[in-house]
Amino acid sequence: MAAGETMSADGKDPKQDHHHDHDHDAEEKGLALRVKTLETLLVEKGLVDPAALDRFVEEYETRIGPKNGARVVARAWTDPAFKQRLLTDATAAIRELGLSGLQGENMVAVENTERVHNVIVCTLCSCYPWPVLGLPPVWYKSAAYRSRVVKEPRGVLQEFGLEIPPGTEVRVWDSSAEIRYMVLPRRPAGTDNLSEAALAALVTRDGMVGTAAV
Amino acid sequence: MDGIHDMGGMDGFGRVEREANEPVFHADWERRMLALSLAVPFAVPYSDDHLRREIERIPPADYLRSSYYEKWLIALESLMKERGIIPGGTVTLPVTPGAPIEAEAVADAIKGGFPTRRDDKEATARFVVGARVRARNIHPKHHTRLPRYVRGHEGVIHTDLGVFGFPDWNSEGKGHKPQHCYTVRFSQQILWGREAPAGDSLYVDLWEDYLEPA
Repeated sequence: MAAGETMSADGKDPKQDHHHDHDHDAEEKGLALRVKTLETLLVEKGLVDPAALDRFVEEYETRIGPKNGARVVARAWTDPAFKQRLLTDATAAIRELGLSGLQGENMVAVENTERVHNVIVCTLCSCYPWPVLGLPPVWYKSAAYRSRVVKEPRGVLQEFGLEIPPGTEVRVWDSSAEIRYMVLPRRPAGTDNLSEAALAALVTRDGMVGTAAV
Repeated sequence: MDGIHDMGGMDGFGRVEREANEPVFHADWERRMLALSLAVPFAVPYSDDHLRREIERIPPADYLRSSYYEKWLIALESLMKERGIIPGGTVTLPVTPGAPIEAEAVADAIKGGFPTRRDDKEATARFVVGARVRARNIHPKHHTRLPRYVRGHEGVIHTDLGVFGFPDWNSEGKGHKPQHCYTVRFSQQILWGREAPAGDSLYVDLWEDYLEPA
């Protein structure tokens, strides 16, 4: 757990860490048992089918992830008409690539340019555009990110290794309602000869959250 | 409610800690928890607003200690108790469950999502793009999508997103209250004072009931 790492990073007694890890293991076991109990109860009552649960997991662990969003970005970089559609009606444009669904029913894409840098967050929970980016990483759901990026975006981005020049406007998008956002990052220089697939391979999850350049 | 979940602008959570090559799930129980949360509503209906209400009711100290999927577990257990599906607690929303989602239907269900935009004709827009508005200084005791850090501040309507049900009502089971939701742009200096860089802005999606003319 992150707390354990922080403790050792702060030079606390390693015994403390050890002790903490034991508590953590016990906690994990307790949680695993509670989830199992809930699942068992719901299966016994005929309200969930374990095979359907397996399918949900499989979809989100193997099929739905940032590779999907990378396809959208690469298409926008290579097809100006698609890019225009993406910026006008992202939900429809993304659907053209066969992508849609849960936590992406209403999509908006925001474009990074020389003058504007966009970054997305959900301060109230951890809303995230699942069809294009998959499930959110732990840091996106963390108190540190949610609390700070709305107030000191440049400082947070600096911690990610991204220095935003003073002349570039920073726009933070707090997805507090039903819209899910993705950032259309700037196309890197020197990529004119790359194919759409090669471009897609360059696009990262953080680039589409706005916490990294591509 | 003015709970711990409403984190935008808080200090003290430290740096954003990231994990290199983070896996989609960190434990098998997390896989089952995600799947349960997505599968159960097919047989026992509940909306994101209900789930979020339960997450927001977790006492602050527990909220901060709990991981993302642990919060989902706590919330799903509460929802199932109040619906009389699992034992414990008080049954306040008795339901007759439907059929579980079948494994073969999962991929399509994910792709279809749960569209919540409902452009009910009776909901006419009170604000136009470019209008100056103020986020109301209200402090509901229930679920709301009006983050604390914008309350009382002036912004500009950036986009009319269309008509959606009002989450404050959905979460309380008060019925569908359709109204326009808008992206509102706030200057970072308005929100955080002169120390914020001039020109930087924050965009947040707010329902009409959260806004008044400025």
